[in-house]
Amino acid sequence: MANASAHFVAQARWRPLEFVFWACTLLPFFVTPSYLSLASQIAITALFALSLDLILGYAGIVSLGHAAFFGVGAYTAGLIAKHYWTEPLSALALAGLAAGVAGYATSHIIVRFRHLALIMLTMGFGLLLAEAANSASDLTGGADGLQGFHVPGVLGFKFDMFGRTAYGYSLVALFLCFLVARRIIHSPFGLALRGIRENATRMPAIGAPSRAHLRKAYTIAAVVAGVAGGVLTQTTSTVSLEVLSFSRSADVLVILILGGAGRLYGGIVGAIIYMVARDQFSGANPQYWYFWIGVMLVAVVMFLPNGILGGLSALHKKSQ
Amino acid sequence: MLSSLASVLFDGFAYGMLLFLLSVGLSVTLGMMNFVNLAHCSFAMVGGYVTVHLASRLGWPFLATLPVAFLAAALVSIVLERLLYRRLYRASDLDQCLFTIGIVFISIATYAWFYSTEQQSVRVPGWLTGTHRIGGLTFANYRVFLVVVGLAITALLILFLERTRFGAQVRAAVDNQRMARGLGIDVDRAFMLTFALGGGLAGLGGALSIQIVGLDPTFALSYLVYVLIVVAVGGLGSIGGSFAAAVVLGISDMAGKYYFPWLGAFLIYLVMVALLMWRPAGLFGKR
Repeated sequence: MANASAHFVAQARWRPLEFVFWACTLLPFFVTPSYLSLASQIAITALFALSLDLILGYAGIVSLGHAAFFGVGAYTAGLIAKHYWTEPLSALALAGLAAGVAGYATSHIIVRFRHLALIMLTMGFGLLLAEAANSASDLTGGADGLQGFHVPGVLGFKFDMFGRTAYGYSLVALFLCFLVARRIIHSPFGLALRGIRENATRMPAIGAPSRAHLRKAYTIAAVVAGVAGGVLTQTTSTVSLEVLSFSRSADVLVILILGGAGRLYGGIVGAIIYMVARDQFSGANPQYWYFWIGVMLVAVVMFLPNGILGGLSALHKKSQ
Repeated sequence: MLSSLASVLFDGFAYGMLLFLLSVGLSVTLGMMNFVNLAHCSFAMVGGYVTVHLASRLGWPFLATLPVAFLAAALVSIVLERLLYRRLYRASDLDQCLFTIGIVFISIATYAWFYSTEQQSVRVPGWLTGTHRIGGLTFANYRVFLVVVGLAITALLILFLERTRFGAQVRAAVDNQRMARGLGIDVDRAFMLTFALGGGLAGLGGALSIQIVGLDPTFALSYLVYVLIVVAVGGLGSIGGSFAAAVVLGISDMAGKYYFPWLGAFLIYLVMVALLMWRPAGLFGKR
């Protein structure tokens, strides 16, 4: 028993590289101030990828419809700002809550299925919600998107056109959610999730209720995705139907796989590489950007089964 | 009212025939190898663009391009299967999904490069345009043609699977792959040929669908959802199931668009989710 808890403590200890990494996230303020809005987009995408990592990387639930929760959060924050109040923190909490409720409701269905049926169901829920938002144009603005609101600032900092406050806000949201995710992953609950991922039928035999754990993980991931969506709405002051689209679900999956699923930093590293590459490539010819995503996907599946971080850590082990 | 119902039913049935051609190959190969090939509609796109190229740029007659579309799509699927897919038969669902989505993205960009992102159209012979009136009902000639082709191919497929030695091998491999191998059936070869046949049929479906839904590079993604619905609802490896699912989907899509246009595709997704929750292995699925 002493060994087990020592193992947990050792696992959960902060490594020097992590401090370096988070210090580096402050660099955009000083080094590339003209790219702060891109940096803010990256932080939001990283947060979204982190939430997918919780269910896909750690609990093994493959989802092709995760944008549903991102969209619920985005629309909740947008509707609150438009019709009620513009204070962002409370609205963000409600966005996370709304997404969490949606996640908890669907989790009861999701955990009963595996393989193709699971993939199809998550995709189906995502498509259903996107179609519903498209049809309910009185509420959501339909294809034109939700416009006509402005979130002036947060805690006295104004959202300016350079994206300084936006990046700070997104980064703080990412960091706080990361701390929560890190705590969850290194808890016994996180270990149980990994056990379920490896073998869902054996875990109940050692006293871990598979489905209850999976429901919990799915709800937590939905909350985090909703927060990411809410931050996007508040920093851009608009919500488009794209937040619910299938391509957003597919993109975040690509990002996570690229970085390395089942690793805390996988989604973040993937988001940085993907978003910067997209910014560079699609500037030249946007429609061929898909070609490079395709090549990346094929290459990652063929040659880097654990993503970029997995490849790096394999290299590191080899060199030792 | 009644005549509009009849025409919705007929148009939906013709549309269902298209969906059947597009998806039957995926259903059988999924049932055999459990390989989630999301790039199936890219094969359909190969057929579609071959037809567009031959008919519009080289001036071939439409009907003569159809066999070429079939062969080209079959050839592309064999090459991909031999070179890439076979390495992933033992990979996880997720890896297969990601890999084949990668292929979809590459194919979309490639076709956008060669043929631009514009909607392509194709000229069909005069006797396929226009309409027929029978007993107060109007039938579009092209849709009649679709129904005839679809039914003929379904009949051929069923005969082929039920009556030939190769068909028996395919059925055995779908039912129990390991047992079939144990009996000395060359499952890999059977799979390769089935894969080519399925890809070819998708190519034919892609070529035939240009007249109805048009063709642009996003076809591979936009029709993927429909094909997956047919496969998931019909059940893996079942031709009859795919046929029934395709017809139901075609008719309900047409009816939805005709009677409840404000619902959009909502109805179809709802039906899919409900059916999957009720029977995760599909309406006619065994597993």
